[in-house]
Amino acid sequence: MRAARRGLVGALAVCALASAHAAPDAARGEQLYVRCMACHALAADRVGPRHCGLIGRRAGSVAGFDYSPAMKRSGIVWNSKTLDRFLAKPLAVVPGSTMTYDGVADANERADLIAYLEQANRSSECIGLRG
Amino acid sequence: MSSFFEMPTPIAARRLFLGHSGLVLSGTAIALLAGREALAAQSGVADPKDVQILNTALGAELEAIAAYQLGAESKLLQKPVLDLALAFQGHHKEHADVLAKTVEKLGGKPVAAKANYNFPADQLKSQADVLKFAAKLEQGAVSAYLGAVPLFANRDLSKAAASILGDEAMHWAVLRQALGEVPVPSAFVA
Repeated sequence: MRAARRGLVGALAVCALASAHAAPDAARGEQLYVRCMACHALAADRVGPRHCGLIGRRAGSVAGFDYSPAMKRSGIVWNSKTLDRFLAKPLAVVPGSTMTYDGVADANERADLIAYLEQANRSSECIGLRG
Repeated sequence: MSSFFEMPTPIAARRLFLGHSGLVLSGTAIALLAGREALAAQSGVADPKDVQILNTALGAELEAIAAYQLGAESKLLQKPVLDLALAFQGHHKEHADVLAKTVEKLGGKPVAAKANYNFPADQLKSQADVLKFAAKLEQGAVSAYLGAVPLFANRDLSKAAASILGDEAMHWAVLRQALGEVPVPSAFVA
């Protein structure tokens, strides 16, 4: 009985660990991306700038987009680490940004979103824009 | 001390008045967003971040108005759905109007509508396409307002934004219903 209980506890602990550190999932990220779609699109500038080309891009650098001065002088280059930090609390990372959004609190959701953005940046929709 | 009567423009006069009045923006914010001018005239000093939040929301509302216009002019919407789209567009116009007025009242400059929006018009080939496009915008708007509500320094503006959020959520649900989807897919929005 005691051994069975230990086994159950161990299994639950493994499940909890797996849940806490689930591998980033671009498909889940695509579903989460709908939250961004009031202001953003992959291939077009809207209220916010386009996300095609985001990975590796300097913040505030899409030609013709009207960024806040705060974003232009932030010095950020977008990668998985900087995106994770920014998406958690946009206005804490770049005070004065026009991205007036409280943030994505859940680290797994941020990882999924970033996985989707990375995948999207390699998509034909985004690659076509570079041509 | 300068008199606000001597200011060259009404905006300058208002800024001077607000700066000297020392009033704190209070429950009048919700009146501002409801367009009740008499109450709004009692407003005081605003947090610049609040003005920016309102302006970002205004930009999204102006785009939503243009998106519904695209749908209405597409000739893809049949009569009952067209009426629905125009009714929702009317709500977005009301949101935009009070947001712009509030930004002005708080001493800011409201963003203007863009001359052109980059909508995926070539991908809209049926009524369902238009409805899906609108539903995604409305769902995004719900998330955007949800993300803005906790940021306001003035809690009355949070309340007003939550009021708009509720309207956007109803739009999203009705559009889902029109598409044959479960209108309210979960107990919470995110």
